[in-house]
Amino acid sequence: MKSVDARGLSCPQPVILARKAIDAGQFPIEVLVESVTSRENVRRMAEKAGCTVTVAEMGDEFKLTLSK
Amino acid sequence: MSDRLTQFFASRWGIIFAGAVIGVLAPLLQKLGNPPNMGMCVACFERDIAGALGLHRAGAVQYIRPEIVGFVLGAMLAAYAFREFRARAGSAPIVRFVLGMFAMIGALAFLGCPWRAILRLAGGDLNAILGLAGLAVGITIGVQFLKAGYNLGRAQKTYTAVGWIMPLLMVGLFLLLLLAPTFSKEGPIFFSKTGPGSLRAPVFFALGVGLLVGVLAQRTRFCTMGAIRDVILMRETHLLSGVAALLAVAFVMNLALGQTRFGLVGQPVAHSSFLWNFLGMALSGLAFTLAGGCPGRQLFLSGEGDGDAAVFVTGMIVGAGFSHNFALAGSPDAIVDGIAKTGGLTPYGMGAVILGLAACLLSGFTMRETAPKEV
Repeated sequence: MKSVDARGLSCPQPVILARKAIDAGQFPIEVLVESVTSRENVRRMAEKAGCTVTVAEMGDEFKLTLSK
Repeated sequence: MSDRLTQFFASRWGIIFAGAVIGVLAPLLQKLGNPPNMGMCVACFERDIAGALGLHRAGAVQYIRPEIVGFVLGAMLAAYAFREFRARAGSAPIVRFVLGMFAMIGALAFLGCPWRAILRLAGGDLNAILGLAGLAVGITIGVQFLKAGYNLGRAQKTYTAVGWIMPLLMVGLFLLLLLAPTFSKEGPIFFSKTGPGSLRAPVFFALGVGLLVGVLAQRTRFCTMGAIRDVILMRETHLLSGVAALLAVAFVMNLALGQTRFGLVGQPVAHSSFLWNFLGMALSGLAFTLAGGCPGRQLFLSGEGDGDAAVFVTGMIVGAGFSHNFALAGSPDAIVDGIAKTGGLTPYGMGAVILGLAACLLSGFTMRETAPKEV
């Protein structure tokens, strides 16, 4: 599984990193983010790019799994 | 209930709602006393705060604006109510401070931040078109850096108390407004007797509006820079629809309230020096993009615990001090002895905008992470 650690990065870095991973085309992709804003932004972008997104809450972090 | 609200605010209708509410409230604040086409302006209001504290001595622009206090505290309330308050800090604070300074210098060259650029346009000031064009160009340059790997690094989780610092400073400012102490003979706190700083909506109404906007913007992530950035970066119009709603609603409100005057020359608290309207906003747009948020967004982020955004805000307030102490800010068009005189920048102001652009470009070129960290 391809994994992107975007914890601690501010907007729009998590989206840019996730986008790069999607463009690389190796699914599923796991994206770790810290803020709800990043979670929403990555989810919005990934769904627009045709991915299915599932979110797991881990303490005050989130793990998004993007698959196609 | 909480989840459904979160879903609504994250939706396109949510952001349109937030923009529309700001579009109603800003012209209303003007009607109730705030300066023309300046119902809400983050840069101008932070500049007024810098003046009230005596960080600059431009007598016409000194007042502790309760809207700014409300923005931060409203965002904090919303962040706590929805369990999103997260204290974090440590992502290149000195860079953010300098970006904040130059963002303010650029905004004051134009005489307004992106919020006011939109409100100026909504009031018929066509100079704002040049400003918004400059903003878009600055953001476009910033986006190229983002694509090339520009990154100020990770913030770290930190003590909750760190996230409380900016909200507490805002409470302190509000107390200074209410108590209005004089710290020394002819010293601060200063309150303008003439000029834009003397034009004020009632304190508690302004605070209430600030709180409401803070809550809405925290929930919807309203950001004027992000609106343009996201379109350029990923053809995403989510945030832009909020800004468009703000412009459209403010335009109608201004018409209804009789606050519209179309034209270029002699617009209120504005100058028609086209090049510097454009370049000032280009500088701001670039600095906001490199720092990850417009001046409003930086206030909302600092309310939800982001210490780096708080440093940017501090940089803006200090930048306002420099801007007026060193005569870098634009002077508005004026009528002198019956003759219309075009305002604009001093040579120092022009130099500062160029210097700011150079500093931002240097930051963009040198602060890149070529290989993102992967686990």
